Amino acid sequence: MTQFSVPWLPRPERGNYGFPAKAVVAAIVLLVVAAVFYWVTNTFLGGRPVAMLLLVAAPILVAIMAAAAAFAVSTWRAWGPILFKTAPFLLIGAVIASCVCVWAANALFEWAREDLVAAAANDPGATTWFNGPLTLDEIVSASPALLPAWISPLIWPLQFPLFRDVVSMTTLIIFFTIVPVFVIWWERKVAGRIQSRLGPMRVGGWHGWAQSPADGIKLVLKEDLVPKEADRILFRLAPYFAIIPAAAAYMALPFGVTYVFRDLDIALVFILALLGIGVVAVIVAGWASNNKWSIYGAMREACQMVSYEIPMGMALLVPVLCVGSLSLREIGEAQAEGWFSWLAFSNPFAFIAFVSYFIASLASCKRAPFDLPEAESELVAGFLTEYSGFRWALFFFAEYAAMFVICGLAVILFLGGWHSPLPASWGAAWGDGILARGLKGVLFSGPIWFVLKGTFFLYVQLWLRWTLPRIRIDQVLYACIQVLLPLTMILVLGSTLWVWAGMSESGAWTVFDRIVTWVLGVVGMIFALGLPAIAAYGFYHRRRLVGSLVIDPLPGS
Amino acid sequence: MAEIVLQSAPDVLIDIDRSEQGDLHTEEMLVNMGPQHPATHGVLRVVLRTDGEMVLEAIPHIGYLHRCAEKIGENLQPFQFIPYTDRMDYLSGINNNQAFAIAVEKLCGIKVPSRGQAIRVIFAELNRIASHLVTVGCYGLDMGAMTMFWWCFREREMILDLFEAACGARLTYSAITVGGVHDDLPDGWVERCREFLDYFGPKIDDYNKLLSYNHIFLKRTGNVGVISLEDAIAYGLTGPCLRGSGIRWDLRKVRPYDGYEKYDFDIPIALPGGTDGRPEGVVVGDNWCRYFMRVLEMAQSVRIIRQALDQLPDGDVLAKKIKNLKLPDDEVYVEAENPRGQLGFYVRGDGSTIPYRVKARGPSFNNLSILTHICRDILIADMPAFIASIDIVLGEVDR
Repeated sequence: MTQFSVPWLPRPERGNYGFPAKAVVAAIVLLVVAAVFYWVTNTFLGGRPVAMLLLVAAPILVAIMAAAAAFAVSTWRAWGPILFKTAPFLLIGAVIASCVCVWAANALFEWAREDLVAAAANDPGATTWFNGPLTLDEIVSASPALLPAWISPLIWPLQFPLFRDVVSMTTLIIFFTIVPVFVIWWERKVAGRIQSRLGPMRVGGWHGWAQSPADGIKLVLKEDLVPKEADRILFRLAPYFAIIPAAAAYMALPFGVTYVFRDLDIALVFILALLGIGVVAVIVAGWASNNKWSIYGAMREACQMVSYEIPMGMALLVPVLCVGSLSLREIGEAQAEGWFSWLAFSNPFAFIAFVSYFIASLASCKRAPFDLPEAESELVAGFLTEYSGFRWALFFFAEYAAMFVICGLAVILFLGGWHSPLPASWGAAWGDGILARGLKGVLFSGPIWFVLKGTFFLYVQLWLRWTLPRIRIDQVLYACIQVLLPLTMILVLGSTLWVWAGMSESGAWTVFDRIVTWVLGVVGMIFALGLPAIAAYGFYHRRRLVGSLVIDPLPGS
Repeated sequence: MAEIVLQSAPDVLIDIDRSEQGDLHTEEMLVNMGPQHPATHGVLRVVLRTDGEMVLEAIPHIGYLHRCAEKIGENLQPFQFIPYTDRMDYLSGINNNQAFAIAVEKLCGIKVPSRGQAIRVIFAELNRIASHLVTVGCYGLDMGAMTMFWWCFREREMILDLFEAACGARLTYSAITVGGVHDDLPDGWVERCREFLDYFGPKIDDYNKLLSYNHIFLKRTGNVGVISLEDAIAYGLTGPCLRGSGIRWDLRKVRPYDGYEKYDFDIPIALPGGTDGRPEGVVVGDNWCRYFMRVLEMAQSVRIIRQALDQLPDGDVLAKKIKNLKLPDDEVYVEAENPRGQLGFYVRGDGSTIPYRVKARGPSFNNLSILTHICRDILIADMPAFIASIDIVLGEVDR
């Protein structure tokens, strides 16, 4: 930021922080209007909730937003540069703030569902003109004492499940948008570090953090190009085949016990099915492009899909067998008792199943070394050859969003889901107060652990991509069908026998089971601690490892 | 794209022979690989006749980068033609300069001062390392291992820094000219060069760890695109491609020029897998051997440069008269060992200062000629692997 300024940001200048008077007047007028409407609705409409919401709450919200926007615009020049210089703290702050928001929203929803709606169910006579079960007075009487009465119109819509769904859907879409934007930037930084360069450094100030949004804007502004000979309808349709399943997969993906949009009994099958639909997008895109390289890409993806899907599904059967459920929430909850209760360490077959699932999942995400459908040195860009601009961006969005889903599945099914390495039972004595719930969410089991672990496996995917060469298509088929498939079959069989042996509850078997779990857990711990340690060592000694000539240029150059 | 194919070959979809029962065939397809393709290393166009992923036939089409380099040589004095030789094989400009300079010196009987010769060797070997770094790095790129490319270019950048300090250019050096070297080395250059060699030596091990002995890489390149000894000789392959087929043939040893006989170095050749540290699954003449030749030659170049820096004599670097040379009415053909093979120059003088005829024999052109012979019944993914392993530079193929 010191030597480079983003062109669309105004340069910091001194003076003229005048507060826009018009916005203040507008806010005051709106507040007056809201007060008048409050009196009118209370007197003539009997305080009907919808009228209150539209006529009173809406002007108040708009007034607050107008005042905030006016304040932000008038002082932007003063705090804008500071903001861009302190981007890392902002990032951390945003993460913490969003965690708090998610927690608060969840608490509010739970309260609305349990206290308000359940209370209304006990009182069948209570109906309003909208056939909603609750009036404002009832909400006020059911609310905690510290909530002021004027907030009740805002809480009122929460009693309708549709409204709660809309709010959580919005949250999910925001998360779904942030993941690719962040991961693309992060991938470029990781690749830069691995390859002895810096990656994006300019856009936005701190380590080019605004590179992905800037690229997104560029892609949206690009010409909307459809090749003349392409199948126009399918060509336009294909990106949506990619992005919609990837987005829909988030609907069933639990971030925590209650942090799930729809808790399905067959969530695992649902997510796998949606990820399978993503393959259709690649095939349709390749076919519709009417380009020979695209067709090659599409056919490779079809080929790859039939070979990786079966071992992947088989590997995922192992934790399903161990827990006895297809519901991701139940599988996650079965691993609440700390590091050694995680399913990857429950038996040797599950441990190997985790590795085979991870390999197959690389193929499923079209990540290196299985990135054959878009192999840039062989097929130009594979199925993406003819795509540009927004459609290309949609494909990329879908790919990175699906990567997180795949990593999330690995985390839920094998590595404890949203639970921390500490056993959740340690916090059982802390009670159920607001503070205790917050602390337990951070220490033992909460969405933050799920996101952290998922991000770690995203990093592993990036790491592999920038280290390994690409496999040839016949080797992919060989590896998946002739190696992984028999292996996962044996794993399913062995895991079944292991679970069956555990059902006998003999003492000797329990001891043996415990010893194996401990050994596997320690092996996993060595990996989990060793890899970051190596990375930290490499980062700390990077100048010695790379050499001195890099820093010290020759006089003539 | 479809239109281009139609123009070049009307029979886009060739009716296949369905008489072979029990053998699965699909419709054959003609695919243009290039001239704009990430893996053809320039503007090479290869027309592939494919059956699914199998390449049945690959026919190279060249000439997209033709710039009449030889004809230009017949209109300029030899020292003026030196910058044009840079642009032939643009990754090893100095080696091209050297080959042409040696040819003219032999024609005119010019004796190069010993310091000039030593600097020529240092430059040529540094450029050989730089060129091999591009080859090795791009081989990683073509295999999908992009990190190799950046690591190699990191070191190549330092060599370019050295060249920039020595002659002011980073790609088209024209540092070697008829009669010696254009300029002497600047102060402190020798020390910086030694520093670089100290730094670069261990890096070769890093390349081997990252790519050469990588399991996937070995599976991709081992026993693929095998060029037999007979084929290599019959098609006139030279350089690492020839040595990759198992012949110990290097002009620096067999016909030493510019004082290469004074230095102690080895000529690496391909060995079958399992012998002398070569991994299993590798056969003589495959893609991996040709790739590995370059890695081994880089280490040998480091040895040569170290010796040349130690033995660097004092004195002039350039013979007295190089401008307005009267070329005798005689002809000469001289070959020198380029990073890609033997670059030969035929120069015919007619008594004036301008050559009557200049003809180049490019290693890339000859190495490319074997493409059709080898790329038959291989997978599409092996095409870039093979093209990268013979390491053509289209600037020199088309000249």
